[in-house]
Amino acid sequence: MNVIRRTVLKSAGAMGVLAGLFVTGILKPTLAYASEWNKAAFGAKDMETALKAIGADGAVDSKQLILRVPEIAENSAMVPVDVTSNIPNTTSIAILVMKNPIPLSAQFEFSGGAMAEVSVRVKLAQISIIRVVAKADGKFYSTQKEVKVADGGCGH
Amino acid sequence: MTGPMKILAKMKGGAASIRVVVNHPMESGLRKEVDGKTVPAHYIQLLTVALNGKVVVSGQLGGSISKNPSLGFTVKGAKAGDKVSVTWVDSNGGKRTDEAVVVV
Repeated sequence: MNVIRRTVLKSAGAMGVLAGLFVTGILKPTLAYASEWNKAAFGAKDMETALKAIGADGAVDSKQLILRVPEIAENSAMVPVDVTSNIPNTTSIAILVMKNPIPLSAQFEFSGGAMAEVSVRVKLAQISIIRVVAKADGKFYSTQKEVKVADGGCGH
Repeated sequence: MTGPMKILAKMKGGAASIRVVVNHPMESGLRKEVDGKTVPAHYIQLLTVALNGKVVVSGQLGGSISKNPSLGFTVKGAKAGDKVSVTWVDSNGGKRTDEAVVVV
């Protein structure tokens, strides 16, 4: 009985310490499975500021970064964007829509066996250049394409 | 409103092709109703994909990702029977995790 009681008390104590760490912010629960949301980058209202906020303002054009988007989007609220990076050691891909009120749409980091590719759908406020940026070995690479909208752009 | 995700994980040429369809309004906070009122922001900010408990994709999302996001990823080294779990956290502090198993 005593042993059990001691074990229970001990683990309860450990839980208390852990809870304390969460409260003080030393351990952030969300960090255990996701990177933190880049508030500055997702708050940026123009492409340059957004690129700077993700550290990619010096990105160089690369043909090894493949961007597939429709030439004309039927539904501007759902524009398919498909990105594949053939640049070795690519660890992240960001998608930006130049003419949107907030250009940065998303940024994905890959680890383990995840290949540097992603497909997603984005909203377009109007005809715009879609730019994607890949990070590989600490350097940034980009490519872009223009997408026209058939329905005049979504209200976001 | 939010709801369960649809996760489809299927082996394709030695890698698992993972398709996730999330049930989420993805309100950017910039959209106006007909009466001119702004619809409050409510969108997913973080989304992670884990294979057998190990994070393989960690995404940050903004309000310009389409409503009910549809996302596709590919994971090498995965095999049939592996467990895929997807977790999102939204701008209101809402959170959800759903799981699926990789099929042949």
